[in-house]
Amino acid sequence: MIRRHEDIIIESLARFLTPFIQAFALYVLFLGHYSPGGGFQGGVLMGASFILLVIAYDIIEGKRRITEKFNIVLNATGVMVFSGTGLLCLILGGEFLDYSQLAAILPVGPEEARGLGILAVEIGVEITVAAIMVSIFLDLASAGEHEEALK
Amino acid sequence: MIWQFDLILLTLVVICAVAAITVKDLLSSAIVLGAYSFLMCLIWTGMGAVDVAFTEATVGAGVSTVFFVAAIYHTTRRTKD
Amino acid sequence: MKTLDIIGWFAVLTTGALLIYGTAEMPNWGDPNSPPSTHVSPRYIEKADEETHTPNMVTAVLADYRGYDTMGETTVIFTAGVSCMMLLRRRQGK
Repeated sequence: MIRRHEDIIIESLARFLTPFIQAFALYVLFLGHYSPGGGFQGGVLMGASFILLVIAYDIIEGKRRITEKFNIVLNATGVMVFSGTGLLCLILGGEFLDYSQLAAILPVGPEEARGLGILAVEIGVEITVAAIMVSIFLDLASAGEHEEALK
Repeated sequence: MIWQFDLILLTLVVICAVAAITVKDLLSSAIVLGAYSFLMCLIWTGMGAVDVAFTEATVGAGVSTVFFVAAIYHTTRRTKD
Repeated sequence: MKTLDIIGWFAVLTTGALLIYGTAEMPNWGDPNSPPSTHVSPRYIEKADEETHTPNMVTAVLADYRGYDTMGETTVIFTAGVSCMMLLRRRQGK
């Protein structure tokens, strides 16, 4: 599917758009406290920016940016950040995912600690969703070959 | 929520849903599903569920259409039945 | 018309009629006296901001009060990606 066409308009437009999409993804993530958005939507946008790059160039170019091993590590990191936050609350003496216990190690009150706990959890969701979207797309688009193209 | 606008959106959603399963070309079917997702996104926004609308726009219309197109490239483009 | 078509139309029409019959019992959209708006929602609307310092109460409910559900959702996405990788990925030289 994804053969490189060497089309300068498409390639430079994709290169131009990608940082803006990623900045918007981070905006959606960090303003999830105040406006619509959050980890899931931001993660999908972050994955979509990388998918745009892979479509405009090819899979080889995409894997030069994020290698497959790094992507697999990112897959698991997000879930680990999420459950690690819960486990930290458990270690600090509260219940699982009771973020107000994080006030013991953060210089804020329990209410702000809950807000920061929400942020940590959303970052975990963002990492996992972005990496999983990229990995599913690469597997689907190349039928698991991860090489240049079949057709 | 304005009922005329609501009625137009719901009619278009039904038309898109029927078109997505009747059209013979699988690629057009995927694109029509993307249009369906955007109309659903407008309906969610009208109901005030902005977070759901955002998710519908990113996942339903954005990424899942890309996944469908990627999968269709590995099969035949026209349906047999 | 084949027999399978008739069975399909019958199933679709019956399910549709049952679903429309089911919506007749549902409360109106935005009804303040419906069960979802009387039991647990007022608690979240009153206390979410002061308890979590998160003005967007959808995020507060999703990630704080119902954080365990969101962890399950993330695990589902992770499992989907890993199973996609296991089913589709082919190594070179095999």
